[in-house]
Amino acid sequence: MIYFILIAILFLLMIASSVYAVIQKDLLYAVMATGIISLILSILYFLLQAPDVALTEAAIGVALTTIIFVITIRNTVRMEDESDKKEKFKSAVK
Amino acid sequence: MDSTYFHFLDYAVYGTAVLVMLIGFYGAMVKKSLLKIVIGLSVIDSGLNLLIVAIGYYKGGTAPIFSPGFLEHFKSVSKMVDPVPQALVLTAIVIGFGVTAVALALVIRLYRHHGTLNIDEIKNLKW
Amino acid sequence: MKKLLVIFLLATLGYYTAVTFFDIGFGQPHFVKGVSPVKDIYLAKTQSPLTVSNAVTSIVVNFRGFDTLGEVTVLFLAVTVLGSVLYKNRHEVGKRSVFFSASSIVTSGSKLLFPAIILLGAYVFIHGHLSPGGGFQGGVIIATGFLLMLLAYENYSVSHTALSVVESLAGITFAGVGLLGFMHGGTFLQNFLPTGVMNNLFSGGIIPIIYIAVGFKVGAELTGVIYTVLHEKGESNG
Repeated sequence: MIYFILIAILFLLMIASSVYAVIQKDLLYAVMATGIISLILSILYFLLQAPDVALTEAAIGVALTTIIFVITIRNTVRMEDESDKKEKFKSAVK
Repeated sequence: MDSTYFHFLDYAVYGTAVLVMLIGFYGAMVKKSLLKIVIGLSVIDSGLNLLIVAIGYYKGGTAPIFSPGFLEHFKSVSKMVDPVPQALVLTAIVIGFGVTAVALALVIRLYRHHGTLNIDEIKNLKW
Repeated sequence: MKKLLVIFLLATLGYYTAVTFFDIGFGQPHFVKGVSPVKDIYLAKTQSPLTVSNAVTSIVVNFRGFDTLGEVTVLFLAVTVLGSVLYKNRHEVGKRSVFFSASSIVTSGSKLLFPAIILLGAYVFIHGHLSPGGGFQGGVIIATGFLLMLLAYENYSVSHTALSVVESLAGITFAGVGLLGFMHGGTFLQNFLPTGVMNNLFSGGIIPIIYIAVGFKVGAELTGVIYTVLHEKGESNG
């Protein structure tokens, strides 16, 4: 029974994280939510008897994808509606 | 894994995977920001990989690794889960990372050129 | 209006996908009795001619060896595209811009952890045919170690020449071992080494050699990706 509750919590947390990743306006929080999805996915792969896939997902999904998204946000804009955009680009757009 | 408590979650695995995939599709189709679209594509990847691994699962099965003493104990390989979807997903995760990296490089280039990530404002497709 | 249309479309898609998968059933054997599924053939061949412990490794490297060759080629192409899209002039290369330097706790801790992470990555891809893991996982773990050093020290640099040399040598090893199978009267990626005893380190013929080459190749490629993206200076930073 306790395992049932734990696995159900994992599923609900995964759905909640994906909804949060899609609707959140601050892209940095959205990227962290995708990292949480990958972490839960890694646990689920381990429970589904796929340790190779779990290791790959833990290394690629949690570490590398998240860091590349974060670097891209640092080089572009952080908010989805671009309210923190620098002024010098306002005139560059034709 | 004992089947008594996992029986309730039979459909929950498929349901979660399909739901996560649909949420990712929604984000990729509705949102205007290019970064949000790439995040949506990454969420689709996660759901699809979970769906493929869940097909190969066999109730009460073990991981597809012949550890010492496995054959003496189980006498047969039919207790193993299907390793073919796992190898497929192993490939798909690595390729998905390559796709994400290239997409984000294009996003950085587009921002450097146009100064915005809103796909409605990027109208002229010339570089 | 557009959102309603999208939601309707996705609901239809989701309904039919879910119905299809619920019909398959979860945790059931999916194949007709009497017809031997692919799984049993692969698992039988994994034991008897190959003597590899990890069935996923034997599928990725041996039965689906062409797929793996194509996969590392796709990764190589991704690195090339990344480098050509994020090009910069030679005089712009240098120290990356940081908002603030890392504290001494972070730098010392990274220096302490770096050899351990590299060792873990090497362990994972050398033992890929015995335990969970393999070339891809080990290469990614090694790239994570380099990521830690690049984050901690802002002027830590990785030699692009060394990365190219390692990557090219690993690729040549993979293709060369595959071509050697022709010389022994077989096909591409045919096993020609003695396959040893199961669950020993020296078992599985050419599979450990190929996975070690894949590990070096993936590690070099992903380190190149991280280095290229991390040293990208957008105009937004001034």
